[in-house]
Amino acid sequence: MMGVEFVQLSLVPMAIGVLAAIACALPGNFLVLRKQALIGDAISHVVLPGIVVAFLVTGTISTWPMMIGAAGAALVAVGLIEAIRRLGRIEPGAAMGVTFTAMFAAGVLVLEQSDTSAVHLDVEHALFGNLESLIWLSADGWSSLADPGALAEIPSELPRIGIVAVLIASLVWVFWRPLAISTFDEGYAASIGVPVSLLGLGVVVAAAIAAVAAFDAVGSIIVIAMFICPPAAARLMTNRLGIQVAWSLGFAAISAILGYVLAGYGPLWFGLDNSVSAAGMIATVSGLLLAFACLFAPHRRA
Amino acid sequence: MSALFEALTLQSGYNAALVTIGAALLGISAGATGTFLYLRKRALVSDAVAHATLPGVGIAFMIMVAFGLDGRSLIGLLVGSAISAGLGLLAVDWITRKTRLSEDAAIGAVLSVFFGFGIVLLTIIQTMSAGRQAGLEGFLLGSTAGMLRADAVVIAVGGGLSLLALIALRRPMTLVTFDESYAQSTGVNIRRIDLAMMGLVMAVTVIGLKLVGLILVVAMLIIPSATARFWTNRTEGVVWIAGAIGGLSGWIGAAISASAPDLPTGPIIVLVAAGVFILSMVFAPGRGVVSALLRHRSFQHRVHLRQGLLALAHGEKIYDPLTLKVLSRERLIRPDGVATDEGRAVAAKALLDERRYAIARRARPEEAQSGLLDGLKPISEVLTRDELKAIDAELGPVT
Repeated sequence: MMGVEFVQLSLVPMAIGVLAAIACALPGNFLVLRKQALIGDAISHVVLPGIVVAFLVTGTISTWPMMIGAAGAALVAVGLIEAIRRLGRIEPGAAMGVTFTAMFAAGVLVLEQSDTSAVHLDVEHALFGNLESLIWLSADGWSSLADPGALAEIPSELPRIGIVAVLIASLVWVFWRPLAISTFDEGYAASIGVPVSLLGLGVVVAAAIAAVAAFDAVGSIIVIAMFICPPAAARLMTNRLGIQVAWSLGFAAISAILGYVLAGYGPLWFGLDNSVSAAGMIATVSGLLLAFACLFAPHRRA
Repeated sequence: MSALFEALTLQSGYNAALVTIGAALLGISAGATGTFLYLRKRALVSDAVAHATLPGVGIAFMIMVAFGLDGRSLIGLLVGSAISAGLGLLAVDWITRKTRLSEDAAIGAVLSVFFGFGIVLLTIIQTMSAGRQAGLEGFLLGSTAGMLRADAVVIAVGGGLSLLALIALRRPMTLVTFDESYAQSTGVNIRRIDLAMMGLVMAVTVIGLKLVGLILVVAMLIIPSATARFWTNRTEGVVWIAGAIGGLSGWIGAAISASAPDLPTGPIIVLVAAGVFILSMVFAPGRGVVSALLRHRSFQHRVHLRQGLLALAHGEKIYDPLTLKVLSRERLIRPDGVATDEGRAVAAKALLDERRYAIARRARPEEAQSGLLDGLKPISEVLTRDELKAIDAELGPVT
């Protein structure tokens, strides 16, 4: 299991899974604490219309237009939710529900109407991703990690999600103090001059970036699960924000690795010969971790 | 266009007619049920319920195949989906009650985990020999094209039953939604009514699975109730307007979808509902954006008019361009800014009113605080003649 085949077939998807989980869990901590967990849900739904529009404009499935399209759709959604909330005086949950279902429906409709049969673009792909197919065929063992020729052919999703994970981690690190203060006591933060609403928007934008980078490889189910489950479980472990973030990253990484292994190799143990959806399994494992935390974690009650 | 007309009048085939009727009936009960949810601020719980149906669909399929039955039997799949939706609902409830996590985190967690597990089951089913043509993916986004007669009947009958259940439950649900403490004092079991409400949400969701799909069915619960709020402030009214909007969206959406190929039913119904929402938000009288803008303009007009008149009465020069515009449009000043005869008369009256208001405000601080005495109307419209007389007596002879 740890030989050449592992490096070729499993190393890259696992690494992508872990990085995507971490990139989503980091902003997820703040979303959960700010009771905005469902913004993550909304963002991951509107990614679909974003990539569909990008595809219609450019006519190809290429990375950057799709990323820009998805990010644009996420911003449009956030703007629409805010506009509906203010102009219509509708409560935020319902404003969110109206926005993301309408945008998702529009995305599906446009997708059905346009001719995408020649390219790999469908609703299921956007939901489940294609983690299993991100294999690194030019590798021939662990030594390939030091071989520039083989490294050049590593699936481009890996460096992309890596860059985004590092970007989000450094943003959280730089803005740690204002983030922490404004998350726990918005009024106090505003009184000492922290730009509270700008910071709140920043969290949402960071979440959108993570969602957009992750969905391509792992689909939107994992994105929602990773936004919420690891931070929620971590929240039950400790009262300190720093330690909570650390726990959440641990839970995210465990979910990704264990989920991938169970999806790829688990069915073999039960005598089935096909693997199951890795994205689905990673989400399932993160849910089991949360269930354990709800039952046994030290700080599970207020 | 004629194809759409035929579909709207239920003339494009027996199946399409059944689906359209079912969509309209389901739309009514979804819209009305959604209103109760919305008013109890639990709109997005229904999203967790909807996503939690997926594992049930998969497990029901596997069980039916294991017993040698046809795994595609819609009734069987719907029963399975209802059971797992119920488990999802219990999980949301349990997490919110037993831990310090807030409800939105519980909703998000249940939604994504149940859905993820459902996807795992679907990939297992795809590798089963009976699973290749199962078409369970149709439950994600709904699919009514090429639907079996029996399935269309299930949707139409299910839509009707959910409507009957709604009618039976409407009184206690209204009571609990609008006045929880009163309901409690009259001996209504709130928890049981809440449970019945969630049962209705589950029923609507499950019946809507094949029609709209589990990702979008939440829209049928949320959008009509959010739309209805623009049209009335009356409590019972919201429920039935939401029902009407939901029914209309279901009917028109299903008809449009039946009238041409490549128009998936679920997204079309949702987009019709969203269209009604946008129109209502912009044009509804009272709470709509246009009406709010008009109200704002007329308020602005009155404020500038009064300030302008007071300035005229005091003989001060007016600089604000909007004030000048308002005054000259009412022909109270000449283009060069000097008051006309009429302007001087109205200004004198405004000054008198202003003095009377000052006395009225001092005499009744509560009413002043509530904005009744803001001075934007002629005072004779706000106070009675006797009250005015008293004030004038206090004011003394007009100088």
